[in-house]
Amino acid sequence: MAAPHDVGPVSLAVRGLQHAFGLGEARKQVLFDIDLDIHAGELTVLMGASGSGKTTLLTLMAALRSVEQGSVRLLGQELCGASEAQRVQMRRQLGFIFQAHNLHESLSALQNVRLGLAVHGGEAAQAWAQAGAHLLAQLGLAERLHHVPAQLSGGQKQRVAIARALVGNPVVVLADEPTAALDRESALQVVHLLKALARERGTTVVMVTHDSKVLALADRILTMEQGRLVDDRRSAAGF
Amino acid sequence: MSRSLRSWPELWLERLLGRLPIGWLQLSHSRTRLYAALGGVSFASLLVLMQLGFHGALLGSVALPYRAMDAQLLISAADMNTLADASPLPRVRLLQAAAVPGVDQVSAVFLGRLDWRQPDGSVRALDVLGFDPSETPLHDVEIRRQQGLLNLADTVLMDARTRHIDAAPVLAAQPDATWLLELRARSLKVAGHFAIGGGFSADGYLLASDQTFLRLFPNRSSGAPNLGLVQLQAGADPAVVAALLRERFRDAGDVKVRSLDAVIADDQRFQTTQRPIGLIFGFGIVIGLLVGVVIVYQVLSSDVADHLKEYATLKAIGYPQRFFLGIVFEEAVILGLLGFVPGLLIASGLYAVVAWKTGLPMAMNVPRAGAVLLGTVAMCALSGAIATRRLARANPAELF
Repeated sequence: MAAPHDVGPVSLAVRGLQHAFGLGEARKQVLFDIDLDIHAGELTVLMGASGSGKTTLLTLMAALRSVEQGSVRLLGQELCGASEAQRVQMRRQLGFIFQAHNLHESLSALQNVRLGLAVHGGEAAQAWAQAGAHLLAQLGLAERLHHVPAQLSGGQKQRVAIARALVGNPVVVLADEPTAALDRESALQVVHLLKALARERGTTVVMVTHDSKVLALADRILTMEQGRLVDDRRSAAGF
Repeated sequence: MSRSLRSWPELWLERLLGRLPIGWLQLSHSRTRLYAALGGVSFASLLVLMQLGFHGALLGSVALPYRAMDAQLLISAADMNTLADASPLPRVRLLQAAAVPGVDQVSAVFLGRLDWRQPDGSVRALDVLGFDPSETPLHDVEIRRQQGLLNLADTVLMDARTRHIDAAPVLAAQPDATWLLELRARSLKVAGHFAIGGGFSADGYLLASDQTFLRLFPNRSSGAPNLGLVQLQAGADPAVVAALLRERFRDAGDVKVRSLDAVIADDQRFQTTQRPIGLIFGFGIVIGLLVGVVIVYQVLSSDVADHLKEYATLKAIGYPQRFFLGIVFEEAVILGLLGFVPGLLIASGLYAVVAWKTGLPMAMNVPRAGAVLLGTVAMCALSGAIATRRLARANPAELF
């Protein structure tokens, strides 16, 4: 593993992680002995062919699946053995960007973004309108605040989904091909935004992507093959 | 459609729920599905309201003749279930009852049914009540004013609310301008009228003296009336007198003594639990609720299935299961409330039509409407509870 230097504290620590699906003869191991530290303030890209285990690794680090063997410490908290309620609580500190936008078709762009903040309840929910509108404007959607998804293009929908993920100021952002549906300009805009988050707020950004435009902006690139981490290099762009 | 202008239901619901009214927004976004769901809920509540209306009309029509009686206690044959099957009882029991402390008067009432053939060949069923016109077994002022006329042979008073008759000659009948009625090959003089109304078996009522009654029903005996209507002395306790009467008749075992309210309750219970018509209305209510549950379940479960990815996304970002249950219940309650209103309006109109066409005592009342509203919302909530099982399939790990 590449030793981190000039980077923030470790926000995700993975040790001896193994994972398998199925039982008995149908059991198939998809992750083998993963050891990894991901640091705050970095834009880390996870690469690999389909079936290499990168998505499984992402879901385990995101507390979306139970860690069965090995250790994943997310922001200092052990996920192995964590209850469903604990994992739900942990996920509230994260931002998720999925390949599919999964916006509520009946809600406006602003209302969809609001859902990303309302999960925190109370005072956070009160601040939604201003924060949501500001973020959407940053993403070039100032004129589309009250439009429902059916009135938005694919790229605009994805930017709304990104705003939903970022509006709660997450400590860690986990993204799966977030720029796949965007044109070059929009994709670069999104990646620059994520990178700025990492730089200015110390946010940890982990992104699965094959987009070469993104690779060029990454601080660190991890490559997986057949369930193993085979390459870990720091990008020149990161320094 | 830009949603910069938020509708008042959305704003109101947001204030009520303290969160985005996602359930309402989802329902109102898909108008076709919303209208189909509301149609289903309206139909179910209409079905239940109509069945309850018929059920209530059955109970009301059963009570009508009893409510016309002026008595605190009623003596009947031991096997009596309903007025139509009240077996004759020995008249001596009424004489014995009159001697019990606290009893003021015991009136013998004869009951019989006649078929009255109309000029068009159709038949009206008339329940005939025969009694001694010198007594006052019925408390209606109009009946009391006219009952002296019954002393004249073959003279009767007729129910002007008798179903499907030309009421004009009945209403015009006067002591000095009687209307002739042919029944059982006898000419009866209708000298006046009163108003009770038909039920599910009889179309109306006819009042006669006991003597006229016995001429109309020659196989009946003056020594065997069907009912004894007991009027008590002022200040007498009905429960105490009833206990004394039961004690008096215990050895004979051929009669029973009940308060008028108990007789009505027993008759209504018999009609609703032993007679096919009561059971049919009961099943109708259950079927209506089941139809509603199935329709609302279909709508809500489809809605959950269609939004599974969105729900999974919200699960991923940390929304707990109760948040999604809240959305489904929000939809269920909205469907229940909005679907009930058209059902209530249509049912009220149909009640009026049925009451007008059949003379049955059918009218919407607040307790019934309230009960069906609660039942409709409960039915929708039950459907919602079943539909939430699908939420378990919203697995956020599958989103990546």
